[in-house]
Amino acid sequence: MRVALFIPCFVDQLFPKVAIAMVTVLRRLNVDVDYPTEQTCCGQPAFNTGYWDEACTLAKRHGEIFADADAIVSPSGSCTAMVRNFYPELLARTASLRSAGGGTGVPACVNKTYEFAEFLVRKLGVTDVGAKFPARVTYHDACHALRELRLKDEPRQLLRNVQGLELVEMDQAETCCGFGGTFSVKFPMISYAMDEVKVTSIKKTGAEYVVSGDSSCLMQIDGYLRRQNLPIKTISLAEVLAST
Amino acid sequence: MNTATATALRFKRAAAAKATDLQHRAVIQKAIATYDAAVARGKTRFADWQNARSHAAAIKWETINHLDRYLEQFERNVLANGGHVFWAETAEDARQHILALARRHGVQKVVKSKSMTTEEIHLNEALETAGIKTIETDLGEYICQIRGEPPYHIVTPVMHLTKADIAQTFHEKLGTPLTDNAEELTMIARARLRHEFMTADMGITGANFAIADTGMIALTENEGNARLSFSLPRIHVAVVGIEKLIPRLEDLALLWPLLSTSGTGQALTAYSSLIGGPRQPGETDGPQEFHVVLLDNGRTRLLADAEQRDALHCIRCGACLNACPIYKNVGGYTYATTYQGPIGSVITPHLRDAHQWSHLSYASSLCGACTDACPVRIDLHHHLLHNRRNSVQRRFDQPIQRLMFRAWLWAMQSPGRYTVGGKLARLAIRLGWAKSLAQPWTEGRELPEPPEQSFHEWWKQTR
Repeated sequence: MRVALFIPCFVDQLFPKVAIAMVTVLRRLNVDVDYPTEQTCCGQPAFNTGYWDEACTLAKRHGEIFADADAIVSPSGSCTAMVRNFYPELLARTASLRSAGGGTGVPACVNKTYEFAEFLVRKLGVTDVGAKFPARVTYHDACHALRELRLKDEPRQLLRNVQGLELVEMDQAETCCGFGGTFSVKFPMISYAMDEVKVTSIKKTGAEYVVSGDSSCLMQIDGYLRRQNLPIKTISLAEVLAST
Repeated sequence: MNTATATALRFKRAAAAKATDLQHRAVIQKAIATYDAAVARGKTRFADWQNARSHAAAIKWETINHLDRYLEQFERNVLANGGHVFWAETAEDARQHILALARRHGVQKVVKSKSMTTEEIHLNEALETAGIKTIETDLGEYICQIRGEPPYHIVTPVMHLTKADIAQTFHEKLGTPLTDNAEELTMIARARLRHEFMTADMGITGANFAIADTGMIALTENEGNARLSFSLPRIHVAVVGIEKLIPRLEDLALLWPLLSTSGTGQALTAYSSLIGGPRQPGETDGPQEFHVVLLDNGRTRLLADAEQRDALHCIRCGACLNACPIYKNVGGYTYATTYQGPIGSVITPHLRDAHQWSHLSYASSLCGACTDACPVRIDLHHHLLHNRRNSVQRRFDQPIQRLMFRAWLWAMQSPGRYTVGGKLARLAIRLGWAKSLAQPWTEGRELPEPPEQSFHEWWKQTR
């Protein structure tokens, strides 16, 4: 199986280590990975802000780039949900662009796009990737992975099989961290309060690390932790799984 | 903020103030934690909660998609039972009708049970202005009324107050001694309200459901005040939003427990009443007249929107408010709408001015907790996305934001431009420029350390 890597723009630019870790794990499992270098952004920021025409242009572009892959894997529940849950609606509802034609690649990539943990557990049937990470960690459910893709147990199954890792659940694992893309800039004080609530619940676990599948949540949580000089660190699920 | 309307600016200021109010946060977190525990227990009484939600959604879907038919059937049955029906297109129509009715019957005093629909049409102010004494009889609403505040939450009007706050309110407004005993506080209100029930000329209620096949209205409550409000005074007026229709009496077998469970975690509320009309010959109690005011007030605009019509499924249980991390941090008053939280953000732009209230749809991280909590499966967080798209299509967005997205699109359509843009962004973070560019975010948080290389560059170099 030839797997195409769908690396969200902000992971590409700000958190390449997450994508590299994903490549490491996939290669360890003998998955043949390819990275289509023409990819940029899936269009989610525009879509979420109401600019559906702009988002549709990028959706069509994305569809053409990924149409031929056997499977598409992304280290982000949010961007995976954009393709899988929102591309079909976006194309169906953006009449001006539909009439302009194109977008034939989109349906082809919708159902073969997977979030990383989902791909490992549901598609490959792997829950033990041979990782070792001796630390006490807590898992933050990223909203789109949890509620758009219904991934709850998959990342935890993977973590439970990591050697030396102790998984402690926090009170409100499913409560949003407050990032929400442009929301965190438009309403910074609400976003900050949500961040604070999240970190309070993380602190109570006594965990050394907060793990999540989405780097945007981790950026939000990490930004608060570092400003407050708290000793808790953030790390992506991919990096934990890449550790040996 | 998509656009700087006065309401949007006011929202932003109020939200910023409330979000940093740690005492408010503690009160709300405690109240909602109690609610969450009760609802979790309540759901276990259903053999299959998810299936119950689907079934309820199907009942409401059927009603809303054939609302014309069910409304007319309801009207025919109310009339057959000896009641009256008034179709109010606007809030003003509803107010004028009720005022005229009150004048015709020489009404001097009105007792009201809890009704968000009457809040929506600002009925109390209209009655008071006309010289008619109007008393809220739900304990929470009574406290709101004597404080001169609107309800903080559609189900829990004084969720934001502690027992001490309520004692202080009673002490200041009613001259009663301070006490932190809930029962004593309740008795203070009860003693005063009992007299009002006995002397009121008109009782005004809302309706949790209006039943088409019987012409009845269904009311749920925990204090017995609604029952006294509609049974003691000479005239009973029920103000009913047209979305409250359900087809059949038997639908209550699901919808009543579903509403109670989602609203408070109860299997059923303490009092569940069905009102089938005025006192009939040979009956010893009940009002002499029964009037239903069917309120549109913008609902048919939402009904005409096939994409978001399911927002009319709402049974006003408040579950989406309690699930919403935004609501929990900014509180009910920040919204400045009758209906707060996710459902309010979805419907207010439809019911009221779309431009003035468009900011509410942006005040969400789109986490989807509301949609999962909704007992009638309204696609709440996706409707926030639909509202955002509608705002942009109607050009409520700020020109600068529009321009930024055009520029961004131009960059994202070419890998070359994207690469240059990414390099510049990382440089901006490294040099500290991004700190001020992303200023609202960086006020309380540190930006990530930018990497030397993007994944793209790494791949080209090392694969």
